[in-house]
Amino acid sequence: MSDLLKMTATEARNSLLKKEISSVELLNAYQNAMEKTEALNNYVTPTLDAAKQMAVNADKAYAQGNAGPLAGLPIGVKDLFCTKDIETTACSAILKGFLPSYESTVTSNIWHSGGVMLGKLNCDEFAMGSSNETSIFGPAVNPWSKIDGIDLSSGGSSGGSASSVAAGSALMSLGTDTGGSIRQPAAFCGVVGLKPTYGRCSRWGIVAFASSLDQAGPFTRTVEDSALIFSVMAGHDPKDSTSASLGYTNFSEAVKSNIEGLRIGIPAEYNVDGMDIEISDLWKKGRAWLEQAGAKIVDINLPHTKYALPCYYIIAPAEASSNLARYDGIRYGKRIEAETLDAMYEATRADGFGEEVQRRILIGTYALSAGYYDAYYLKAQQVRRLIKEDFEKAFNDVDVILTPTTPTPAFPLGAEVSDPITMYLNDVFTVPANLAGLPGISVPAGLSNQGLPLGLQLLAPPFEEGRLFSVANAIEKQAEFLLAPARAAGDLQ
Amino acid sequence: MSILVSGRTGDWEIVIGMEVHAQVVSNSKLFSGSSAVFGASPNNHVSLVDAAMPGMLPVINGQCVKQAVLTGLGLNAKINKFSVFDRKNYFYADLPQGYQISQFKHPIVGEGEVQIELSDGNIHKVGIERLHLEQDAGKSLHDQHPSKSYIDLNRSGVALMEIVSKPEMHSAEQAAAYIKKLRSILRYLGTCDGNMEEGSLRADVNVSVRKPGEALGTRTETKNLNSVRFIMQAIEFEVHRQIELIEDGGEVIQETRLFDTATGMTRTMRGKEDAHDYRYFPDPDLLPLTFDDAFIEELKDGMPELPDEIKNRMVNEYGLSSYDANVLIEERETALFYELASDGRDRKITANWMSVELFGALNKAGIELAQSPVKPKQLGGLVDLISDGSISGKIAKEVFSAMFETGKDAKVIVEERGLKQVSDESAIISMIDEVLAANLDKVDEYRGGKEKLFGFFVGQVMKASKGQANPGMVNQLLKQKLDI
Repeated sequence: MSDLLKMTATEARNSLLKKEISSVELLNAYQNAMEKTEALNNYVTPTLDAAKQMAVNADKAYAQGNAGPLAGLPIGVKDLFCTKDIETTACSAILKGFLPSYESTVTSNIWHSGGVMLGKLNCDEFAMGSSNETSIFGPAVNPWSKIDGIDLSSGGSSGGSASSVAAGSALMSLGTDTGGSIRQPAAFCGVVGLKPTYGRCSRWGIVAFASSLDQAGPFTRTVEDSALIFSVMAGHDPKDSTSASLGYTNFSEAVKSNIEGLRIGIPAEYNVDGMDIEISDLWKKGRAWLEQAGAKIVDINLPHTKYALPCYYIIAPAEASSNLARYDGIRYGKRIEAETLDAMYEATRADGFGEEVQRRILIGTYALSAGYYDAYYLKAQQVRRLIKEDFEKAFNDVDVILTPTTPTPAFPLGAEVSDPITMYLNDVFTVPANLAGLPGISVPAGLSNQGLPLGLQLLAPPFEEGRLFSVANAIEKQAEFLLAPARAAGDLQ
Repeated sequence: MSILVSGRTGDWEIVIGMEVHAQVVSNSKLFSGSSAVFGASPNNHVSLVDAAMPGMLPVINGQCVKQAVLTGLGLNAKINKFSVFDRKNYFYADLPQGYQISQFKHPIVGEGEVQIELSDGNIHKVGIERLHLEQDAGKSLHDQHPSKSYIDLNRSGVALMEIVSKPEMHSAEQAAAYIKKLRSILRYLGTCDGNMEEGSLRADVNVSVRKPGEALGTRTETKNLNSVRFIMQAIEFEVHRQIELIEDGGEVIQETRLFDTATGMTRTMRGKEDAHDYRYFPDPDLLPLTFDDAFIEELKDGMPELPDEIKNRMVNEYGLSSYDANVLIEERETALFYELASDGRDRKITANWMSVELFGALNKAGIELAQSPVKPKQLGGLVDLISDGSISGKIAKEVFSAMFETGKDAKVIVEERGLKQVSDESAIISMIDEVLAANLDKVDEYRGGKEKLFGFFVGQVMKASKGQANPGMVNQLLKQKLDI
């Protein structure tokens, strides 16, 4: 059984094709793993009955020779994707019990390709958080060791998605990234996390946080697996006006591309105060690995980087304050009855939204208010343009940019949750890619002194995910990162 | 030009501006595929997008964009090739998203102009400030249950055009002429059905008063007026209320008011201090709306003729009076009917027959022009028979009634009933001879100087011909016979 858990998605796919293993066997192994790792609190709604049917169907498809590219592969889904007839809560009390009558485009793509749905994964409430601690289900826990007996954060917002893949309770998973919500937890848990170019994956059917920043992306154990599942997730969707009109691409080829001669940019501004020495050491290592692989290292400047975080914390809450207005207790979700309509709104939303969500709604409402709009929202949009231009200029000289994913490794649960500003600083390296709409990937590249995973981030020009896979693959090869969390379901490598 | 109203302290000038909400004619809603048809049972035309389910996204309906541009062209307005959809944020039970998607800073249509004709025949121009596209909200029903409100989302997301005028109207009459003209243009273009009762067209009216030459006074906005009469009543009421208020030493407060259709009065709905902060910002779910000149040109090429152009032709080419032309152009169907009916024949006679006989008959029967049993070519056929002398005007009325009853052509009826006018000279002469022979005494009297008797002879001949003799010929031939 444990051998099944050791397989990457690509390996499992090959074994399934050769009929060495069956989808049902693979599912059983993951069902076991889910039980073993229950304490990590990754799954908020397991869907094993559905999974069984899907695995049986996948085996039939393999027998008939028409299995899709993900047939039989067990996949977990962040509870932000609407899944037909399966409770979808965004890990918020306000959506408790909500059963969508529709399936998000991205998950539809996955199931049409034969993917097997293990269940819905824990995340921060409405994807607002960097530690998965704002979830009404409690935090997803990092499967790597505890520090001083305290559980570590899986990161967030897609904490359950990262932790499940790292713990071996999902072969792959889906997350969303608005300011780093895929890349940061991927780095904290030691897995590969891809945030695609804005517009690459349809947002239709994903509970919206900040519409101009949200993107769906995969968590995998390897870069190769990331390309495999991303090829299926991506694609034009006429139901999403911001979705790019690009045809199907198989990104698996790009993984193996030689990176010789590629120019790798190292942005000076990412040397921020408070960055752990082991993080900057890892960054240097990454630089050296890529040089060895034949890439050229170029020092670059992204002068407006320091404004990215404040800019993000205006734009994202502003959009969120409007996006979350629909949770009003009228048509679905929680309602607290009251005498008047306004009283009902107040009671419902005060009870249904957690503290962090309320904080962001308030910040966003303020930023859009008459008299403040120009000073906050409009200014933030101008800064956003400058940040985008920084990257456009930089990409004249380089092909890919290399940075650390996070300024620190995973922190203990409870350490930062009471201090929003420190918490927001987690996103300092990841937020610029969302503001500029760029693709980014976090690759596990080493361990901290305390034995916690650290990630390196690669950024590329829009729609150059292929290039990210090539360079990420080179890092992965040289880093020889061992995915071996103390609390995994079994040996994963 | 200004129209003044006198108050106790002197003359006042009225300043009126209007925001008209016109529902766009389209099969589906502005951002979703559900039907935009009026009158379905509650919540039957509601998609996931209209109900603002989590994760749903708007997609612009190209048909609505075309309709807005077409309307802009009809208003002689600047078409903006770049426009932006914004979110107007506020909470209400029938607003599922918690915001209305509208256009704030960058509307699809900019400045334009509408010409209105006043009862004295004067032409007045009213400037258009802008036209933008936006979603309608749903409907709250408060009278279905003692303690609950019901929500019907059928209208939620239906496309509206908000057409904002400049404050360039100065009387209730002008405002009425403006809304009528606007309605007519929209109906000609087919971009709004103009049905005010169903709420497809409704107006918010801004009214202020000032002493001539002074700066603009404080305005009030009276919301949601859905008939021309209500618009006029609301304006009259506001004008007098404001003048009285100021003359009594008070001050007009900038506020939103409601019109009570039962009393004809307006009352405060909410003051400036309760005004919403809508927190407009560009909708991140939608890209800016852009199109090129070719798109506009194509719409321009397919544009129907508008009432102003048609009226020009009717007056200058067909020789109709301004009044008759106004009657014929009020509705596009009428104008088209007339053009077809009068094509190639006497335009004036056709106009008369249409506005007197046909409209009279339709009115009496209580049916619309579209259902008329007499079709345009048939009315033309009747005019032809009159023009070529086949039937007299009097007979023509009889023929028309029969046409209206049976739907048959005029020619068929004339033949079936033997109503063809007798223009055969010998036949008329023989009838005259008979009449004169039977009334020799009167012939003598006539010849003796009693010329009044001429009418008697005409009547007798017409009677003998059962009204079918050509009256002109009867006159002429009778004169010849009698004046020997």
